[in-house]
Order: sequence, then C-alpha cells, then structure tokens
Amino acid sequence: MADSEDTQAGTIVGVDVGGTFTDLVALSPRGLRLAKVPSTIDNQSNGVLRALDAAECDIAALDLIVHGTTTTTNAVLERKLARTGLITTQGFRDILELGRRTRPQAYGMFGEFKPLIPRDLRLEVPERMDCDGNILTRLDHGAVANAARSLLDHGCEAVVVHFLHAYANPIHEQQAVEIVQSIWPNNYITAGHALLSENREYERGVTAAVNASVQPVLSKYVEKLLQTLTDQGYKRDLLIMNGNGGMVRAQNVAKEAAKTVMSGPASGVMAAAFTGRMCNEPNLITYDMGGTSTDVALIRGSTPSVSNEIEVEYGMPIHVPMVDVRTVGAGGGSIARINSGGLLEVGPESAGASPGPICYDRGGTEPTISDANFLLGRLRPPNFSETAETEVSRNVRGVISARLASALNCSAVEAAAAVVRVANAKMAGAIRMVSLSLGADPRDFALFAFGGAGPLHAAALARELDIPRVVIPARPGLTNALGCVVADLRHDFVRTLNASLGTLDPNQIGSIFSAQIAQGKSMVLNETIALDRVESILSLDMQFTGQTHLLRVPIDNPAITIAELQDRFERIYFERFHVELPNIQATVVNVNCSIVGHRPPLDLTQLFDQKKRATSLKDAQSSTRPVYFGKTWIDTPVYSRDGLPADASLQGPAILEQMDTTIVIPPGDRVTTDTVGNLILHVRGAL
Amino acid sequence: MSLNPITLTVIQAGLQQVCDEMDLAFSRAAFSPVIAEANDRSDGIYAASDGALIAQGSAGLPVFVGTMQYSTRTIIEMIAAGDVAEPSPGDIYIVNDPYLGGTHLMDVRFAKPFYRDGEIYCWLSNTGHWPDTGGAVPGGFSASATAVEQEGLRLPPVKLFKQGTLDKEIFSIIKSNIRVSDQRIGDVQAQAAALYVGETRLTALLDRYGDQSVSDAIEELSRRATRQMQDCLQDIPDGTYVAKAFVDSDGVVNKPLTIDLSVVKFGSNLVFDFSGSSPPCLGPMNSVRATTYSAVYLAMRHIFPHVPMNAGAFEPFDITGIENTFLDAQYPRPVSGCAAEVSQRIAEAVFAALVKALPDKVTAAPAGTSGNFALGGFDPDRDRDYVMYQISGGGYGGNARHDGLSNGCSTIGISKAPPIEIMEQAYPVLYHHYALHKGTGGAGKHRGGFGLDYEVELRRGQAKASFVMDHGRFGPQGALDGADGGLNKVTVHRGGAAYTPEHLSKEQDIPLCAGDRVHVQTPGGGGYGSPLDRKPDLVFEDVRLGRYSEQQAKNLFGVVIAGTPPNVDTDATQLLRAKMRAI
Repeated sequence: MADSEDTQAGTIVGVDVGGTFTDLVALSPRGLRLAKVPSTIDNQSNGVLRALDAAECDIAALDLIVHGTTTTTNAVLERKLARTGLITTQGFRDILELGRRTRPQAYGMFGEFKPLIPRDLRLEVPERMDCDGNILTRLDHGAVANAARSLLDHGCEAVVVHFLHAYANPIHEQQAVEIVQSIWPNNYITAGHALLSENREYERGVTAAVNASVQPVLSKYVEKLLQTLTDQGYKRDLLIMNGNGGMVRAQNVAKEAAKTVMSGPASGVMAAAFTGRMCNEPNLITYDMGGTSTDVALIRGSTPSVSNEIEVEYGMPIHVPMVDVRTVGAGGGSIARINSGGLLEVGPESAGASPGPICYDRGGTEPTISDANFLLGRLRPPNFSETAETEVSRNVRGVISARLASALNCSAVEAAAAVVRVANAKMAGAIRMVSLSLGADPRDFALFAFGGAGPLHAAALARELDIPRVVIPARPGLTNALGCVVADLRHDFVRTLNASLGTLDPNQIGSIFSAQIAQGKSMVLNETIALDRVESILSLDMQFTGQTHLLRVPIDNPAITIAELQDRFERIYFERFHVELPNIQATVVNVNCSIVGHRPPLDLTQLFDQKKRATSLKDAQSSTRPVYFGKTWIDTPVYSRDGLPADASLQGPAILEQMDTTIVIPPGDRVTTDTVGNLILHVRGAL
Repeated sequence: MSLNPITLTVIQAGLQQVCDEMDLAFSRAAFSPVIAEANDRSDGIYAASDGALIAQGSAGLPVFVGTMQYSTRTIIEMIAAGDVAEPSPGDIYIVNDPYLGGTHLMDVRFAKPFYRDGEIYCWLSNTGHWPDTGGAVPGGFSASATAVEQEGLRLPPVKLFKQGTLDKEIFSIIKSNIRVSDQRIGDVQAQAAALYVGETRLTALLDRYGDQSVSDAIEELSRRATRQMQDCLQDIPDGTYVAKAFVDSDGVVNKPLTIDLSVVKFGSNLVFDFSGSSPPCLGPMNSVRATTYSAVYLAMRHIFPHVPMNAGAFEPFDITGIENTFLDAQYPRPVSGCAAEVSQRIAEAVFAALVKALPDKVTAAPAGTSGNFALGGFDPDRDRDYVMYQISGGGYGGNARHDGLSNGCSTIGISKAPPIEIMEQAYPVLYHHYALHKGTGGAGKHRGGFGLDYEVELRRGQAKASFVMDHGRFGPQGALDGADGGLNKVTVHRGGAAYTPEHLSKEQDIPLCAGDRVHVQTPGGGGYGSPLDRKPDLVFEDVRLGRYSEQQAKNLFGVVIAGTPPNVDTDATQLLRAKMRAI
C-alpha cells in the first residue's frame, strides 16, 4: 500500500535499466525501498513504472527521480538508429566508412563494418579550412541548403554537419547549421565541433554521427517517460545519467545524447566512489561481475578515472569524457570447455541470460561459471528447493562430468573447482592489465565487488592480485541504481591545443580555463536541483614532444607558469615510468575542465533495514551446508546478510546470502562490518 | 612429469600475462609513435637452450610471430662459438642484423638472459621498430637500395647494457649514425624497461609455482600446442595445394618477382615448399630467412587464431626450398622491403593455396601492402626538415561469411593510419580527397572490400616523394572463381603533367614543388566465389551507393540495371548470366 504524500516527501529515487533487470533504490528520511523487476527492453519506461510500483512509490510525492537508461546503448549496438544524414567537406564523405585502416582483431582476416550513415546519405559541399583555421574555400551556402533539402527528401530525421578542421575554426559549421536550421523541421542537428573539439576527423565525425542518430530515439523515450510520470502527478525534475557519471535534466539530455551511451556502467562506478568516500577507502578497483560480462574501473582519491577515448565496439569511438569502464570478459554465464589441446578454457562464449546456466533450470545445457559455483555449494539459484535439488544437481553434475571432468581425468567437483580457478586467473590477469594501463599497481587498492556475481569471486581474486581488502557494499546487485541516487551534476569540456611549451602563451591556457568554467557554471546553475557546492576540476593532457601517450596533469590554479608546467609534468612522468628526461620539452595536448555540482550527501546506513538485524551472529545464521574449498568439503555456516548484527565480525568459511547476491568467505579470511553498512573482507595471504 | 591440466592452464595464462605486461610497458613508455601508437613492437620469452618461443605478447605486431626465436637462437649460438661476449646478469644484447634472424634494419631487438640460481633459465627478448637507423633514406624504407649498407647501421649482437648499466660508448656510436637521435634514448629506456618488467613478473611466477613445475609446464604446453595445430590441420585433405604470388618488381629491375608455393599436406604435417621462387634480387625486395618463416607462421595464425603462440604450434610446419631464392637473401643483399611487403606476398601465397582446402577458414587475398608513401622535404614556414609517412590500407578478401572489409590494415600490421587533420598540422600538405577507391572490390559471390583513394598537395617548399607499395601490376587474388581485387595506382601531378612511376608501385625521390600533387589509389580485396552467384539486389545496392558503376555491375557481375528509377532487370540479368556462365 502506498504511503500518504507527506510520508514520501523528500524521497529520491534512482532507477537503472540493465540488460536483464531494472533496479530501483528509493531513499527517504523515513527509510529505504528497493525493487528489482525484469527490464522491458523495447520500451524501458514500462519497467521503470513497474519498479516504481513494486517499491510502492507514490509518484506524485517524490522529490527527484534519477534515471540510468540503456536506450542509446542498445540503439547503437543494434543499429536501431534514426535515419541520419551527413553534410561534409567536399572530397571527404567516405571518412565515416573508411575509418582508420583497422580490422576487428589482430589475427583473422574476417570482419565487417557498417557505417552509421550510409553512403547515399553522406553529401558533400564546397568548403575548406586549413589546420590553422584559415579559410581556403568559402562555404557554398546554396549547396548546404540543397543538401539539407535532399536529405529531408530521403527521409532523414537527424543531420550531422562535419567539416575538416572545424575544431580550429568552427565558423563554417556554424554557418551551415544556421542554414540547416532554417530548413530542418526539428532540432536534431549536430555540429561536429560542438561535442568535442579534437583534431581527428574520424573520431569526431563518428561521435557526432552517434549523437545525431540517437538523439531522436533518446528524446522520444525521455519525453514519453516524463509525460507518463507527469500524468501520474510527478512535479519535479527527471534527471538522466551520463557516461561521465554526472546527470543532466531530461529536457536537456538529448542535445548531447552521445554522452548517455555508456552511462549504465558509469553509475555503478559513481556509487563505488561515493561509498568509498564514506568508508574511507578512496582508492578502489571496481569489479562488477554480472551474467555475461565483468566490468572493471579504477578510482583514485574517490575520483573515477575518466577517458575521452572510449570505443563502444569495433570502429565505433565515442570521444567524449566518460568514466573509463573496461569490460574484461567473463560473467557467471561464461561457458567452460576443453580445447583440442586438452586444456580447460572458460569463455568467451556465454550462455547469456537465456537459456542461462544449467542450474537456473531454464533450458541451459552448457556448463558455466555459475554451474561450477553451484556444484561447489557456493551458489544457490533463487527458489532452490530440496525437491528440485536432486534433479538440477544431477543435471549440472552430469554435464560437468561428461564435458569437463572426463577429459581432465578428475571428479565433477574437482572440475568445477578448476573452472572457478581458471576463471579467476583470467579475470585477475585482465584486472591487472587494466590497472597497469592506467599506471596503477593493484596492490595499492581495495577491491570493490558488486554485481550479482562479483562477491562470489572477490576474495579469491583479491588473493590472486595481492589486494588486501575487499569492500562489499550493502546492495551489490543494486549498485547502478544507487549510483543514480548519489550522482552529481557534471559538465566536461575538452579543448585540443597541441602546443609545445616552448611556443605556448601561458595566458592562453588561463583564458581557455576561464571560458570553460564560465560556461560550465552557467550550465550547472540552469538546472533546478539543490546543490551543496560547485567544483571546478582542471587538468591538462600532456606528453613529451614526439611522444604519443598522454598523461593527465591536474591543475589547481589556472595561472600556472610554463616552468611550473614542465616541472610538474616531469614529476608525474617520473612517478609513472621511473624515467627522467629533463632535456625534452613537453607539449600541452588538451585543456580539460569539469564542472561538478555536488548534491547533499546521503546516509548510506539507510540501505539496510535496521529492524531486520539480529542481535547475535547465531540468530543471523539460516543454515549450514557443505561447501568445497581448496580440496575438501567443509560444513559452512550460511547467514542472511540482512540479518547480520551491525557490528558483526566473522571468520571464514562462511556464505552470506542476500536478495541480490551471494558472498563467499573462504577459510581463513575475516569479515568485519563498517559504520555505513559495507562488509570488509580481510584477505589472508594477501600483502 | 605429472602436472595436472589445471596447473598447466594457469601457468600458461601466467606466462602470457608476463609477455602482455612487457608489451604494455614498452608501448606506454616509448617515444617513437611507431611503437607507442602503431604497436610496431613485440615481447616474448625464449628457451635458454635454443631460443625456441615459449610465449609471446598478444599485442605484438603480427609480423613478429615467431621471428625473435631466430635472433635469440643466433645470439645463443654466437655466445657458444665465442663470437659474442659471455652473458652475465643484467646484460642486454642489442642486434638488428637482418641476416642473423632479423627482419629489416629498423626492427631493433633487445635480448636479456634471465637467471635463476646463477643459471640462465630463459631469455626475454623484444623488438621495436625504430623510426630511423641511418642509411640513404630517412626512415629506412628504400625503394632502390642495392646493398644493405645503403639501408642503415647494422648491429651484430653486442651488449648495450652491461650488468644493468647502459654502455654509453656503444650508444654514442648508434646515436651518431641515426636521424632524430635525441629521442632515441627514451625508446632505449622503454625497451629495456619492458624487459625489466618481464623479469620481475616471471620471477614472481617461478616463485609461486616452482622452477621445475614451470619448466615442465613449458614443455607440456609446447607439446599441446603442436597437438592443437595438428588437430586444426585435420580439416585439410591430404594433397598438394599450389599458388603463386607476385611482387611488382624489386624497385631496381622492373620485372615481377615470383613466390612459387606448393603446400603439401600429409598426415598431420604441412610442408611449405618455395622452390621455384625467383632468385635473390638486386633491389630491396629480398626477404631473409626469419622473416620468410615468420610470414608463413603469421598466415597460419590468421587462419587458426586460437592456437597458443609457442614454438610447438609451428612444429607441424616444414618450410623448404627457400635457399637461393629471394626469400632467403644473404649479405649484402638489400632487404628493406622484407617485413612490410614481401612478407605479405608470402602470406598471400599461403592464403591462395589453402583457401582451396579450407574454404570456410581462409579468405580471398587481402590488399596486403603497407601502402607506404614517404614525403621528405623542407618546410620554409617552420624552417625545418621533415619526413612524412602516409601508410594506407586496402580491401580485404571476400570470404565464406561476408564481403571483405574496406580499407583494412596490412596483413602484417595492426596500426591505424594517421588522421588527415594531424597530417596537415604536422606537414605542409593539403588533402583534396580521401575516399573509397571505387570499383576495386574483386567481384565474387562475396566481393572484396574497397581500397582507398586519396590525393595530397604539397603546399610550400620542395620535397621528394617515395613509394614502397605493391599490387600495381597484379590485383590481390580472388578465390574459388572470384575475381582479383583492383590494382594499386600511383600518379604524381607535377607542373600540370601526370607522371606514373616506371615500377608502378615503387620509386624513390620524385622531386615535387609547391602545388604538385600525389594521387594514390590502393588495391581492393579479392572476390570469393563466382560473381554470377552474387544476389542481384546486393550488386544493385553497391551501384546505388556509387561503389560500382552500372557498367561494372553488368561486366563483372552480369547484373543488368535499367528503368527509372533504376532497378535490377531480372529477366535481362538471368539471360546475361546464363550467357556468361556458358563462356
């Protein structure tokens, strides 16, 4: 039954649509509501409404709804895009089809690429700018108008204007946009330089093409959702998550729609950063293992790593600042098999959500990581009952025996243990590569484990990586929705400069920063949401002249001198590579500015219903079952996590079960609870 | 030896991880964009006894598959013979001699002995492509050298680091003989640092699993890779599969070089017999033994990408008949085209031979040239010399699954072409177009991908243009009745007149003045299957998108397009195709 309006006042709702489930977290001064309902992929708003309903939210009384959606992600990956046209510089319409001479994989000459905009909808107009922004050929205004009309005749709904060197001088793109605006029936017009001013025509063009072609899709979705909510009495703002971990008002989000493409994983990382700040773990490696894949990100000083160079899939770079989340392969549904060399392999094939692992009894027939965890006594599928156990167990054991154990010449249980071990080794290796590529040693971090399957493997992974502590948040399976609730407002700006320190006018950096700050602050202040404070985060991307990789140099004061810059860069370079190169000059490639509007902090202790907590550990124990650790079965106590006393501390082996995940504590590891509801797992044998 | 298969898998992953971390460390710290951005480098672990490949980084440039085992083996042999100084801990040997298990001079190898308990347990080696190693041509890709001395500084194995310390005297000799030398110290440090990372990580692996277990695992993994490769080869019916591939010319003598390959499959082995190939050539389109072997391995890895990379995987292959051909050049033959061009023709011959036996796993020939256009000159506005490289891709071959990719990377590389905007910032050039090379996809049931067509103008000053490309004379081969892909074309517009290089795809130092233009059109991929079996709708779609002309639809595919708006004339198409089939 829904509460009356005044009891839900002050409620903030985060609702995140994932591939399988739509998750909801509603926080109010009176307590917490959670919901997990199946996603409705074709129209995600149905799932959103169902989740609001399941959590018994009185929509009219809510204070704020923050929404993470995969509408644009799915549109891009499945190419369910609006019909989009391109108007570009004479001679260069094929840039979007030719790419940068790549292939999808290092080995193997197979592979296809389908450009976002087909060749007949890519039209050229006379104009040319040189790299310094000097006009070589004036824009032919009539040709632009003709091109726009022709694209409309061909049924285009959105249009991209993308000219060479527009980052150096956008005047032609601006003029062309004005002409198109006078003809085009809607606002779905994207100028290449507007989203990012970077000097790479393919990446800038694809980013603009993604933006234009998802704009109508996102805009319609958001409008419909907003309308439905309004019909139900909702009066406040609807905010949408961006891939940079910040959020934007629904009415404004479509303008830079490309920024929402990677928003799902970003919100989970934002929740991790926030939780880490609350529990004094500023340096985290996030480890989000779901059914089909595992996502990893790095958080340093409570700030997630951000990248301007995410590639969504082969040939599909989206160069706007986004939380740097890397997908490293295996998920619970990854399939184990024996290769022709007689060695065990796990993944990359996955049983996915459907039919899924065998143990979920939905028709799966391939042995997966989840099945291995099941056979080892670690994982119990929902609604697992004693009567069903015999049949499902027999089935899982039979398949693992036949497919894996016989070739490995061991028992089914030993084969299952091998699957978990191999999967862990693979994930640990991938996590190491991600952290090393970001210049970090995993041993300096705590592992933040979430997603439905993360806490099953976290302890073993941490041991493999010499990570001393694992943080398991209160609601591992609802972390993305929590990310929506804790997210800040955020706008990012990148300006490519590409100037060596020898030729750079120091005032130029200062004036770019000032302009970025002014623009960002006015954007933040235009949003109506309550803020604690507004922060400007400034940095420069630098390299030694002649080098390719960039290092990010944080800037605290825009009025920095050239000498200070060279010095600071050399210091950061040395920290990363342990190489001193005092005789080589540095170059400033990008000037970056992020304006963050911080919202008032939330109290994470609300994530647990304190009434459910037992007074002693014993009362929280629900059962005992044999679990396979190392090489033996150990009778292992199983606890309800929600029932753990607030100050619980326990020694492995143990299994903790909660609505959205299962946590495995191996023998010898110790678990404590912190004041904000996290479990801290202290890994024995790690440094 | 009784290692359980799970430990084996975990050690395999561990060895791979060591190499991948070396690759990463090398790229991240390198200065040369060829290494840092284009990943033109590779790292691996090699056996103490004979340099056999134990594991190699997965992010290495494909052309280095298996090559470093030959240079490492040479060092081991030369140490044993007393020709090279005895190793001690912390030493790093440098070598770039093509005839001692190398490729071209620009690929500089470092090899470091890895010690356990005072004994060499294995070698860690890496290769990085240096932007210059001296010689007549900046960057080293000569189109007309006639001896290796003209190609650059040749280093036999010498210790560049002695017990952990850089030998400044040797380094100063190197520095004095190469261009843009001031940044090379950064690359040397990066290359050495990668080996150090490998040392640290391999030590951790051995400490964890024990030296003997790891040694046993290495042996067993090699055996299993052999078994896996043999298992793959079972799909090939016993028999002989022949193919030829041609290099346009050697750059000096204007006549084609032939790679004459017969692949004999018998039992679980493949013999690649190259006897009958052209003799060593005068110009730089010679290959050396290590590169020839590597090109065969590379092609096989493109066909069976999932077999782990260690010496065992190459065990079922026997490569013969290269003696006295241009695939096994000896000192002082020039070799600067071996890694970038000849290796790709060797791979093409392997593809063309085996596509008949493995029609589902092998594609028609890809464009397979690095498309190297170099422009060297003086920029009066900036008062400096420059050398610009424009590498470009071409079409991939059609195949059993789909049409070939357009503008794909060279077979031997994984590097991206630079953006036009960055080229125009860095050099005094202006591109006039950068477009699909129309009509070049080889016709087939699944057509080849399209090449690239670009034209670039010199804006100021004077410069010299050089080209090392291929497929100017023969298009990439079609397969199973598919047509060959379109040709590579180079046209230089000088003072209003069009000039075509005599060797079509290769020429050195063509002088240009401001306003002159270079027009490059790269090859398309070979077609797969009969073009008469291609769905007429797909042919029409390509015509509608301007990729082929209506005339080409008719001549190449037997598809007649007519009417307003134009569409496939089904009856006329059937008639025409029947006629074409009858011929």
